[in-house]
Amino acid sequence: MFRTVKELIELAELKNTAIADLMIEREMALYELSYEDVFSRMESQLVVMEEAIERGLEGVRSVTGLTGGDAVKINKYLTEHEPLSGPILLDAVSKAVATNEVNAAMGKVCATPTAGSAGCVPGVLFAVKDRLHASREDMVKFLFTTGAFGLVVANNAFISGAQGGCQAEVGSASAMAAAAVVEMAGGTPEQSAHAFSITLKNMLGLICDPVAGLVEVPCVKRNALGASQAIVSADMALAGVKSVIPTDEVISAMYRVGQRMPVAFKETAEGGLAATPTGKRLAQEIFSNQTTK
Amino acid sequence: MGKFQSVFDIIGPIMVGPSSSHTAGAVKIGRATRYLFAEDIHYVKCHLYGSFAKTYKGHGTDVALIAGILGYNTDDERIIDALSHAKDQGIHVEFIEDYSAVPHPNTVRIEVMNATDHLELVGQSIGGGKVEIVELNGFNLNLSGNHPAILVMHNDRFGAIASVTEILARYEINIGRMEVNRKDVGKEALMTIELDQNIEPEVEAALRDAKHILRLAKVVD
Repeated sequence: MFRTVKELIELAELKNTAIADLMIEREMALYELSYEDVFSRMESQLVVMEEAIERGLEGVRSVTGLTGGDAVKINKYLTEHEPLSGPILLDAVSKAVATNEVNAAMGKVCATPTAGSAGCVPGVLFAVKDRLHASREDMVKFLFTTGAFGLVVANNAFISGAQGGCQAEVGSASAMAAAAVVEMAGGTPEQSAHAFSITLKNMLGLICDPVAGLVEVPCVKRNALGASQAIVSADMALAGVKSVIPTDEVISAMYRVGQRMPVAFKETAEGGLAATPTGKRLAQEIFSNQTTK
Repeated sequence: MGKFQSVFDIIGPIMVGPSSSHTAGAVKIGRATRYLFAEDIHYVKCHLYGSFAKTYKGHGTDVALIAGILGYNTDDERIIDALSHAKDQGIHVEFIEDYSAVPHPNTVRIEVMNATDHLELVGQSIGGGKVEIVELNGFNLNLSGNHPAILVMHNDRFGAIASVTEILARYEINIGRMEVNRKDVGKEALMTIELDQNIEPEVEAALRDAKHILRLAKVVD
């Protein structure tokens, strides 16, 4: 069992096993399940993620019309141009956007760790899989690794915007993805932890300020950029860059920042982008439409 | 032990968007209400607090709560039309925005009733689709909607708890977590028992007949 990232890394080093396998073992032990039970359930989560990406890339539109169609644009650009940020990075962006556009359209997604942050993990995974020659099994294991880090965050801080702001949602999601990319690329457990820390540190203080209270603006694009950051952080960690502040301290800093964050910045739609003139106008238009429907 | 134990609390649930706490969590609280009431529901009143009160329209929290009351799961694509389905079934629905201070930002107080019975519970959606029922008919409790559970209302008398645990032991049902609350010494008390498995009707019947037991409700996983 592990309660902190430190314990998780020590356990992985001690047993000389992947973080993904530790997570699977823990799940088996806790619920008295077989390896196949645990693995196949995660495989079905992967299928939902894949379907959401496909649907988003075909083009969806939310009920309000605030979001939708950007995944298609990015994907078209990606095939017709050589993106400045590189094909993998922009592929992750298009797939994260695709997922969150489907979510905003009340489509089916897998929360990772939340629905509002559901784009980061699959966006990153489906963008790096070919480059890292990942098998289907490797992809399922990627999700277990993200889950291991996510569990630590959820139990020592928070993962919802309503409790801790966007740093807790997209911050956690992108950091979880970064850690799993490192493992998939053959990095050490310690490098996974550094990638996690590097990502979350850059997300500290990020507020949750959805326009009209909807998981659309700016959530979709924050997932996109969170996904890109996960890949950059993973590269930094694989290059040997370390986080000066240990991961558990970064998580606890995120917790304390979230606790002191004013309620206006915790999914209440009272601050930040939601409180801009345009944000307020959109909210008014959307809700007057709803009541006249 | 932390509140989040399973990896599928983090990578999951599979759900209809857009918000795990405001949509999926709300479905789960609605479902728990339905199972606890275990009778036909004619009237539902939802008091929404905190972030629930401010953003429920945009997140579909209203449709999600009612979808749960109708027994739908978090990934059911009928969620979006739950309000009209409720209307078709003759269920009257009311939402009240309440701006009093609450300990958790995503809190709802649900009252359900029919001609003869009434139930009131307070649920919190604590993130990533996980929920807790923190109050039931005036009793404080701590129930996650994520495991099968039984709630037993009983008289605060010697042997009441033993009679319940004895039946569970006899049927080889493992207790994951157990909590006992009472309003006052010797008055009504409430046992909250989280189990590793759903109980069979036979076990349920035995529990209902046990000494000092007033009422029993099941939360099915």
